[in-house]
Amino acid sequence: MQTDNWRPSASIEILKQRALILQKIRHFFAVRDVLEVDTPTLSHGTVTDEHLHSFSTQFTHPFATHACTLYLQTSPEFAMKRLLSAGSGAIYQICKSFRNEETGRFHNPEFTMLEWYRPDFDHVQLMTEIDELMQMVLGCEIAQRVTYQDIFKQHLSCDPLTATLADLKTLAKQYGYGELAASENNKDTLLMLLFSQHVEPQIGQDRPCFVMDFPASQAALAKISATNSLVAERFELYFRGIELANGFHELTDGPEQTRRFQQDNAKRQSNGLDPMPIDENFIAALNFGLPNCAGVALGIDRLLMLALSCSKIEQVIAFENSRA
Amino acid sequence: MLDGEPCNILENEFVKPGKGQAFSRVKIRKLISGKVIEKTFKSGDSVEGADVMDTDLAYLYTDGEFWHFMNNETFEQIAADETAVGENVKWLVENDVCTITLWNGAPIAVQPANFVELEITETDPGLKGDTAGTGGKPATLSSGAVVRVPLFVQTGEVVRVDTRSGEYVSRAQK
Repeated sequence: MQTDNWRPSASIEILKQRALILQKIRHFFAVRDVLEVDTPTLSHGTVTDEHLHSFSTQFTHPFATHACTLYLQTSPEFAMKRLLSAGSGAIYQICKSFRNEETGRFHNPEFTMLEWYRPDFDHVQLMTEIDELMQMVLGCEIAQRVTYQDIFKQHLSCDPLTATLADLKTLAKQYGYGELAASENNKDTLLMLLFSQHVEPQIGQDRPCFVMDFPASQAALAKISATNSLVAERFELYFRGIELANGFHELTDGPEQTRRFQQDNAKRQSNGLDPMPIDENFIAALNFGLPNCAGVALGIDRLLMLALSCSKIEQVIAFENSRA
Repeated sequence: MLDGEPCNILENEFVKPGKGQAFSRVKIRKLISGKVIEKTFKSGDSVEGADVMDTDLAYLYTDGEFWHFMNNETFEQIAADETAVGENVKWLVENDVCTITLWNGAPIAVQPANFVELEITETDPGLKGDTAGTGGKPATLSSGAVVRVPLFVQTGEVVRVDTRSGEYVSRAQK
């Protein structure tokens, strides 16, 4: 019945549990002296990533002749790094993030993100802290740590770092993606397909699993490893088939970051997408000096799905998008 | 259209690594062969749309091999086979209007009305004085479908059923 759409998609009992877990998370950071911050949802610049689609809206300044475009942030990363450059020290934030074209069992176009940054940590030290948070919220065991290369090899018998495009096409064909593979000329797309369908479901079943050292071509905002130029100091955390968190030993090099954004925009254009305005304030903050730090973004709704044994994201948020 | 067959999407799971390419893992029924297959598409990929037409026809009768439907305006009749009728056979009520999907003029799918009224042919007597909202009991309907009904509903009564979920809605309004 249509008339039921006014009702919450989560039960009141789950919403009470949700509030309790959020309280525990804030306490976790309070005792570690990590400062809670609140950065803007609307921004003049936005992500250039070809796989992230920002929502945009029009801001009309009362004295301006034209409205200007503002973007809803897809994660609070840029603004939080500007705080770090300005000397904030360790910070965290729990906020809504917005991603267009994403909806499903694990996706809602607006979702709650927990993001935190630790100056003087590298990604390995940060993983230990994430692990402590996981154990507190989920009561799970200490997480397993594997490299992307090892786990990919183990499940697909192929080295993801040295495989050629032809190798990956053959592999994808073996796994029944013949048509998709035939017309695909991007190695990373094939890696993502194979990893998400044939590695992710196999890992982190009994305890959480950190996958470290992603291919350098999927570095995003992470440093390239000083010891192996084929990998980036980026990790992802998986538990029971759910991708929970993505973290970096953060890239602090302004010109290198600008180059990556420009490359992203070039890729966007070659795929028929509009280039996105680069966040110049973020670049300026990097050029001023971002302290050596590690950071991570963790999907709170998915963490709650695991904590409360829910199979759909709508069961842990008050009103999923179709009811919003 | 897939491999020259019109298809129906049964399930669509959205897959997207946080920083990565989005995919759709789709469960598809091929409407001619009836085969159910799984296929993965990159988000944004497109396939040829099937040139199918939906038409509303009244169900007449079955001769055991075909189910016969009639257009109430032109009186034109169409026969659908077992593949086209599929599991929905249990919701076919004489004179009820169903949606028939035609591909190149031939029926390939039969969709019953969202709600149908059918007589209960068999159910346990149940307890007197029970109200709606308890567990209920199974009841066999005249079409052969089995649905859960509240305990107070008895054999011989006509009930209204939602064909999409297969759930009891209410007693039929007389």
